[in-house]
Amino acid sequence: MIEFDGVRKTYLVRGQETLALEVEQLTIERGEVFGIVGHSGAGKSTLLRLVNLLERPSQGRVVVEGEDVTRLAPAQLRAFRRRIGMIFQHFNLLSSKTVAENVAFPLKIAGTESKAAIAARVEELLALVGLSEHADKYPAQLSGGQKQRVGIARALACRPSILLSDEATSALDPQTTRSVLQLLSDINRRLGLTIVLVTHEMDAVRRVCDRVAVMDGGRVVETGPVSEVFLHPRHPTTREFVLESEHVDREEFQESLQHAEGRVVRLTFKGESTYRPLLGEVVRRCGVDFSILAGRIDHIKDVPYGQLTLSFVRGDVEAALQAFAAAGVDVEVLR
Amino acid sequence: MMAQWLTNVDWLEIGRACWDTLVMVGVSLFFVVLLGLPLGVALFLTGKRQLLEQPLVYAVLSFVVNLLRSVPFVILLIVMIPVTVVLVGTSLGVPGAIPPLVVGGAPLFARLVEAALREVDRGIVEATQAMGATVPQIVFGALLPEALPGILAGVTVTSITLVSYAAMSGVIGGGGLGDLAIRFGYQRFQTDVMVITVALLVVLVQLLQMLGDRLVLRFSRR
Repeated sequence: MIEFDGVRKTYLVRGQETLALEVEQLTIERGEVFGIVGHSGAGKSTLLRLVNLLERPSQGRVVVEGEDVTRLAPAQLRAFRRRIGMIFQHFNLLSSKTVAENVAFPLKIAGTESKAAIAARVEELLALVGLSEHADKYPAQLSGGQKQRVGIARALACRPSILLSDEATSALDPQTTRSVLQLLSDINRRLGLTIVLVTHEMDAVRRVCDRVAVMDGGRVVETGPVSEVFLHPRHPTTREFVLESEHVDREEFQESLQHAEGRVVRLTFKGESTYRPLLGEVVRRCGVDFSILAGRIDHIKDVPYGQLTLSFVRGDVEAALQAFAAAGVDVEVLR
Repeated sequence: MMAQWLTNVDWLEIGRACWDTLVMVGVSLFFVVLLGLPLGVALFLTGKRQLLEQPLVYAVLSFVVNLLRSVPFVILLIVMIPVTVVLVGTSLGVPGAIPPLVVGGAPLFARLVEAALREVDRGIVEATQAMGATVPQIVFGALLPEALPGILAGVTVTSITLVSYAAMSGVIGGGGLGDLAIRFGYQRFQTDVMVITVALLVVLVQLLQMLGDRLVLRFSRR
């Protein structure tokens, strides 16, 4: 469990104290995949670096598994850091060491295991990330996705309970991003590891995260379960991210709204109801007619959802909306 | 005509001078690396926004390095004479040239090491820190191996500088090819000796650069 309690981080910029981050209260539960999303400069990387104290808070407490990390003595801090793995946007592998040597590096630093034990562990880790045959290559000989897999193997070497991911998929192409996210998701499930994932891609959050915090201007502006935040964004920044991830242009959408007649409604189907022929049923029963303004069917982690923006004309629109609500569909009247 | 032109050249003497130059450069390079590497690491670590940021220590180290580097080597040769006598018992010949060569070369090499370390991606230091590494573990495990090609390039530059410094030490009776060039080529107007020694120095520098480039390539994994 990770807890931020009244945390502030300020920097001196040309003699002036500038607030970079202010988080009153934020809790990340054990075993969950927690997303932190925001534009660049929103303070999400700073927040992540507070967990293993790569950044020290100017004020407040960061409590990890019951320990206030800001109070650790240097030797304690080093021991504590070994229990936390970290992966990076640019992988940060040592170019002078082979894949196997890179993965062995944190174990050598810890200095608690024999050479044979380290070799065995490295083999096991490389098998886990599917890179066994590349053990003796140098990072420069690998693709971006493979480099990040080495980064993940290295981060897991000391059997951490927490994995910090700093924009780990931002330098990868969409397909590689998906496979790396899949790997993180598997690791979370199989090892029960808590994962904190910083990203500016809402898509990454949608794929793997259980809960998410949206950051803007150094503050957490919205937090909650991913399905909640995704389907019912409240803060403007969150809305922007959600629209972006759905490839919807806000202005285009507004324009199509103007052309639409009647009552404009957004219906959100989640889980089971996604696959039921509800729309047809209700439309027939209430005698309404509709046109589709926007629509999307996808998954949030493993839960399927569908979201349709419709304009209803004719018939008993009120009865139709009530029927949708009764069937467990989320109804939002836009106009 | 060629044979006539080279009448002044005593090849045995040239051979011995070559060897002396190699010894001066080799021995002084050893000490330059021995002193300059830790000095360069210290400059890097105590520098701004680095692992052991210490503005005062950095300022002092930096000042001393700049001071030594701003003294022209010919002057350093002369100024060093009393110190050299205390250290090796003489200020002449091959041994007498080595202390000033070390004092002249170490600050240059330290700066080159500092620059090579600065070229290492900060992310690598951060990743190593995140593994719970101590500062020595970061330096020996990550920084120095990552900076090795840059440091080897620095050794190459320094060794070539030491060749020209070693030749200059001939001015105060240092020995080697420089000594030969001054005593015969310059003072006795034996132009052929001068040409040969300079040609040999050119060859030596070319060889050192080639060797250095190969080593850098051998250890570059990027």
